[in-house]
Amino acid sequence: MFEILKKQELNPTVTLMEIAAPLVARKAEPGQFIILRVDEAGERIPLTIADFDREKGTITIIFQIVGATTEKLNHLKAGDHLQDFVGPLGTPSHVEGLKKVAVIGGGVGCAIAYPVAKKLHQLGCEVHTIVGFRNRELVILEDSFRAVSDKFVMMTDDGSYGEKGLVTNALQALIESGETYDEVIAIGPLIMMKFVCKLTEKYGIKTMVSMNPIMIDGTGMCGGCRLTVGGKTKFACVDGPDFDGHEVDFDEAMERASMYKDFERHQYEETCNLFQKEVH
Amino acid sequence: MANMSPKKNEMPVQKPDVRNKNFDEVALGYTEEQAVDEANRCLGCKHKPCVGGCPVAIDIPAFIGKIKERDFEAAYQILQKQSSLPAVCGRVCPQETQCESRCVRGIKGEPVAIGRLERFAADWHMKNAKEAPAKVPSNGHKVAVVGAGPAGLTCAGDLQKAGYEVTIFEALHKAGGVLVYGIPEFRLPKAIVQREIDTLKELGVKVDTNVVIGKTITVDELFEDGFEAIFIGSGAGLPRFMNIPGENLKGVYSANEFLTRTNLMKAYTEDSATPIVHARKVAVVGGGNVAMDAARCALRLGAEEVHIVYRRSDAEMPARREEIEHAKEEGVIFDTLTNPVEILGDEHKFVKGMRCVRMELGEPDESGRRRPVTIEGSDFVMDVDAVIMSIGTSPNPLIHNTTEGLETNKRGCIIAEEDTGLTTREAVYAGGDAVTGAATVILAMGAGKNAAKAIDRYIQGK
Ligand SMILES: Cc1cc2nc3c(=O)[nH]c(=O)nc-3n(C[C@H](O)[C@H](O)[C@H](O)COP(=O)(O)OP(=O)(O)OC[C@H]3O[C@@H](n4cnc5c(N)ncnc54)[C@H](O)[C@@H]3O)c2cc1C
Ligand SMILES: Cc1cc2nc3c(=O)[nH]c(=O)nc-3n(C[C@H](O)[C@H](O)[C@H](O)COP(=O)(O)OP(=O)(O)OC[C@H]3O[C@@H](n4cnc5c(N)ncnc54)[C@H](O)[C@@H]3O)c2cc1C
Ligand code: SF4
Ligand code: SF4
Ligand code: FES
Repeated sequence: MFEILKKQELNPTVTLMEIAAPLVARKAEPGQFIILRVDEAGERIPLTIADFDREKGTITIIFQIVGATTEKLNHLKAGDHLQDFVGPLGTPSHVEGLKKVAVIGGGVGCAIAYPVAKKLHQLGCEVHTIVGFRNRELVILEDSFRAVSDKFVMMTDDGSYGEKGLVTNALQALIESGETYDEVIAIGPLIMMKFVCKLTEKYGIKTMVSMNPIMIDGTGMCGGCRLTVGGKTKFACVDGPDFDGHEVDFDEAMERASMYKDFERHQYEETCNLFQKEVH
Repeated sequence: MANMSPKKNEMPVQKPDVRNKNFDEVALGYTEEQAVDEANRCLGCKHKPCVGGCPVAIDIPAFIGKIKERDFEAAYQILQKQSSLPAVCGRVCPQETQCESRCVRGIKGEPVAIGRLERFAADWHMKNAKEAPAKVPSNGHKVAVVGAGPAGLTCAGDLQKAGYEVTIFEALHKAGGVLVYGIPEFRLPKAIVQREIDTLKELGVKVDTNVVIGKTITVDELFEDGFEAIFIGSGAGLPRFMNIPGENLKGVYSANEFLTRTNLMKAYTEDSATPIVHARKVAVVGGGNVAMDAARCALRLGAEEVHIVYRRSDAEMPARREEIEHAKEEGVIFDTLTNPVEILGDEHKFVKGMRCVRMELGEPDESGRRRPVTIEGSDFVMDVDAVIMSIGTSPNPLIHNTTEGLETNKRGCIIAEEDTGLTTREAVYAGGDAVTGAATVILAMGAGKNAAKAIDRYIQGK
């Protein structure tokens, strides 16, 4: 069992938790993820390692409440325990040797982008961060990003905070203003990553994306997380989750992500009802 | 008095049209009377030909002799000298090609039902034995075992009984390997596997789930942590795909994913949070035990039609005969000499069909089996909405990639000495599917046993 040491609501649908997992903390690197189960009947879900503390033996996760499992997870509090917590899984992000990078985070993807930006900053790389949210209420990790960024741009879809527009608008503006990047790292919804890649392809800038297909084991055993990258089948859990965005078949990935939509909606409603009943 | 009936005592089973709707065990096991009657068919041959067919050389006439005498506990004690999982092997061993294929009674009729008797004695012991296994005092040496499948469990049990402090590291949240995530409940009840694991824990074996060796801890770090030897029983869990168009459509699964969702995550139970596509018509591609299990699970999950699509003929199917027969009885349709060439999707990228070609058997290939060749112009579309790829697995490269000096062959299998399991790296042993590629429970168990002996010799000789 793995104790929840801290819980903090970052916005109405995004929560941060710090979990005691010394073995995972000992090895964790930015870009890697864990798989957890909330309880004995629960599903295995992957979440990125948003931060880690080797000395304290803790792992920070930041999750958005999107369905049954994340809803259940959000009902736990500090002092409660998770049934299972395994990691670090996946290949760490390649950050060595980069001199100047644009890190782009969309929505809860910012939780995945933050540890990468932090690591780049620690390695002395110049980091330009662009983060995008639907509106002001959903903004997360602003201060954390500012602390590790040489340049920081906040975008909201409705203009309620920062500049109005999409992250691609901001990236294009930076590039057109003469900024050059060794690499762009884009992490967020598939559709966002797809359009960032379209843009950077035009300018010939290498772009890494972090893919998050449905996973079960996270060790290469089920093949459920497979993607087409450069015309070849790859398993996101072992070959990734980071891939060269210009090679990823995003359309296929978007289709596969919707495989269990109906089932998930049903489970979510059941879980919500369950918790409502408990409250009454 | 010998029973000279040419036929085995029939195994009581659930009726096909009942069992194909539930996940309860299909074969119900012999009663004491049936077991004794079957045991009496054994002639107790002095030269014991049957023993030569058993990979771990169980003293078959001796244990059957005890069943004749109704001393069932003694029968069990003989079994457990060679096998740490008799309740499992009695159920899933391919007996017809092993022990039973050598039985003299098989010359003029059916062989003695050795597997069923093994299962009977093991089940009897589980039900009736009370005393907890005796803990052996520690000799102060620590050994790590990677993977809680039959190879790892056996190796751990034997070492613990020899006084070692053993820790098993398992990547999944549950111990048991293929026995829990692959082989379905209706063929091997999970309670039996759990019981074996609980017994090991009572002996003092530590089981650390949620630890991926190569990720959470590396082999080198295990040595740094004070383990003096390591046994790798990580299995062959990497699924293969056919690399045909349409394989990434929604509704195409690897057998591993389908079986894991169904068995490990219990997608068939009401309260499971794990989704599974409840398909109308399912094609399972392949002809091994894994394919049979996937097909029979799909039926039980409510599919109207389930096809086994296999490119050779019925006779070449690698699955156990009993499983093939059970699948047929339950209503699985066999399309042999048929090979998929493309999976077709609808406008939402869900599977809507599979284009196949008919095959015929040509000259024998390297494996000695006749090579299937495509019949030109024979292609047709099979109406299915789910496809389960069950064309084999290979060992996962994770440990190899993170362990210096641990060599694998070109199929990705860890190179290990046959009778000791010693790998190319000192103090690292390996066995089971990780070394042989996908094989059988009994071979994995045998490899775990041999490695335990070798590890004991190695540590005592240091
Ligand atoms: C490598 C990786 C890292 C991730 N990191 C984060 C993170 O840091 N923060 C975060 O909020 N989310 C992250 N996700 C997504 C997160 O796993 C899903 O939001 C979560 O599984 C949803 O589960 P649910 O039961 O609450 O929702 P569901 O109702 O089951 O699903 C909602 C959506 O989540 C996706 N999903 C469902 N099950 C899985 C699964 N087993 N694996 C992957 N995706 C699934 C589906 O596409 C679905 O549309 C990551 C996913 C991957 C693969
Ligand atoms: C569906 C199916 C049906 C079968 N039916 C039969 C049958 O009827 N009869 C028969 O004899 N055989 C059958 N087999 C084959 C048999 O199950 C295997 O040969 C046997 O389980 C191999 O045992 P093993 O211990 O080598 O590996 P496994 O049982 O595969 O166990 C390996 C374990 O190691 C764990 N692991 C892997 N990598 C790591 C890591 N890096 N760190 C930590 N843990 C790790 C895995 O999670 C797993 O639990 C079947 C197999 C399948 C898949
Ligand atoms: S372990 Fe398998 S091969 Fe050996 S006697 Fe038992 S059933 Fe036969
Ligand atoms: S060969 Fe058959 S009859 Fe002879 S001892 Fe073995 S099981 Fe009994
Ligand atoms: S999650 Fe199973 S292979 Fe990647």
